[in-house]
Amino acid sequence: MKDTTTSNTPQALSKRRRMKAMAWSFLFIVLSAMILPTASYLVSGEQAHAQVTNDQNQRANFWRAVREGAPGYSAVSGPEAGVFINNGGQNWRQLRNGMIANYGGWAIIIGLGVIALFFLVRGRIKIDEEASGMSVPRWKTWERVMHWYTAILFVLLTISGLSMLFGRAVLIPLLGAKGFSAWANLSINVHNYVGPFFAIGVFAMLLFWVKNNIPTGTDMAWFAKGGGLFSKAHPSAGKLNGGEKVWFWIVIFVGLVAVCGSGLVLIGWMAQLGFVDSTRGTMQLAHQVHAIASIVWVVVFFGHAYIGTLGTEGALEGMTTGRVSVEWAKQHHDLWYEEVKDQAGIAEDTTSAPAPSTAAS
Amino acid sequence: MARMKFLCDAERCIECNGCVTACKNEHEVPWGVNRRRVITLGDGESGEKSISVACMHCTDAPCAAVCPVDCFYTTDDGVVLHDKDLCIGCGYCFYACPFGAPQYPQEEAFGVRGKMDKCTFCAGGPADDNSPAEKEKYGRNRLAEGKLPLCAEMCSTKALIAGDGDMVADIYRERILKRGGRPQTWGWETAYGS
Repeated sequence: MKDTTTSNTPQALSKRRRMKAMAWSFLFIVLSAMILPTASYLVSGEQAHAQVTNDQNQRANFWRAVREGAPGYSAVSGPEAGVFINNGGQNWRQLRNGMIANYGGWAIIIGLGVIALFFLVRGRIKIDEEASGMSVPRWKTWERVMHWYTAILFVLLTISGLSMLFGRAVLIPLLGAKGFSAWANLSINVHNYVGPFFAIGVFAMLLFWVKNNIPTGTDMAWFAKGGGLFSKAHPSAGKLNGGEKVWFWIVIFVGLVAVCGSGLVLIGWMAQLGFVDSTRGTMQLAHQVHAIASIVWVVVFFGHAYIGTLGTEGALEGMTTGRVSVEWAKQHHDLWYEEVKDQAGIAEDTTSAPAPSTAAS
Repeated sequence: MARMKFLCDAERCIECNGCVTACKNEHEVPWGVNRRRVITLGDGESGEKSISVACMHCTDAPCAAVCPVDCFYTTDDGVVLHDKDLCIGCGYCFYACPFGAPQYPQEEAFGVRGKMDKCTFCAGGPADDNSPAEKEKYGRNRLAEGKLPLCAEMCSTKALIAGDGDMVADIYRERILKRGGRPQTWGWETAYGS
């Protein structure tokens, strides 16, 4: 109350008027600053936009389509000669030099490391019972031939294939540019010529061994007990245990389907047969599938090779001599041993016995 | 040092394939190998454009990045060359190259391709300049003779220009200024609006 009565002096009134005028002016300026710049829309809103679309740079879109790989015509004949820009190349380069070379290299190193660690912790799995000298037949001659034929080619292909992927980083510093070039030249030829023969071996395995590798309830129980890998227990198994069956199906799906299939694309056979085209996109995809699946296969193979040789006493004999000791059979494949125990005999007199009968088959 | 570049002016190229012929003749490349080719985009339609393409001698060349034997090198002039004595014909450079530049003389069973061949910017290869070995493997070395690539030299409409990047850019800029109109570069709209 005191304020209003005291402010009715002429001086206070004029001051208030000035303040009011200032406030309104300020508001007017602020609003104008916001609204005026948009006023042009009132004049030519829709029209201006329409003009922009009509005046669009058509040529820019033309070249953008070309940049995205739109094909044209070329008098030069050849696959994709009319394509100006091959876009997949950059992705392929980054995947191959980046993800595949890095993770692939680590996968191999870690795979070998895990096996070495397992060997140090678990040691060799020995045969528990005393050796009696009695053995049972496990793999026929033709089965062993099929196995080692494929195995030897597998090793050749692994060495040559890994040389192609990692050689530039690992082998050029060791062999020099010329030395590695000679090695790589040998590698690519071995890889290309041996590959199809290897695929035949893997396909034969599918035909002849699939009957041994149908999963059963026994395998589930075997997996539930961890396959006896981490315990002293020896879970029951037929001729092939769960782990061996998993390896078989990895060989079929990762190996035969992915690796051999993509390999036959890469050497042009699938295109010859009319299954795929021979464009760069197909080749890039085939190469990526081939490289990734091959590394998976090689890493799992390390496990197979370890268990079959160093890891398990008495396992290698099955694939070399064709016979395994009765004690090994009882310990690792008890259910199968029950089926074949009537064939048990002394190893000496059986080395010649199975050979003639199996050679024919 | 010059930074060598090719530029093909699509507003000028008339798809005469003179560059292709000049290249094949100068370097005596085998049948089926085409270091350069002309592509016509929108062929037969209004506004069709032709463009001549070969190895573009990339700064960060994808072929060199993926080569398993590391046979590529870049000369002081910025020309990407490769050593046929090291090449194993794996085809990776062809998978990676954006322009389809790498060529292979063979196509046999078991994926044998022969050693890769590509545009050398008429700069030969790692063999001694203008030696018979260089001629045999890589073709003429015109750069060593102080000449520019024959494809561009012989271009009837001067659509294809080759040489030092700065000079090539100056020539092209001058043409654009004379032609007037709006910039016709792809991506212009995305970058700067209409």
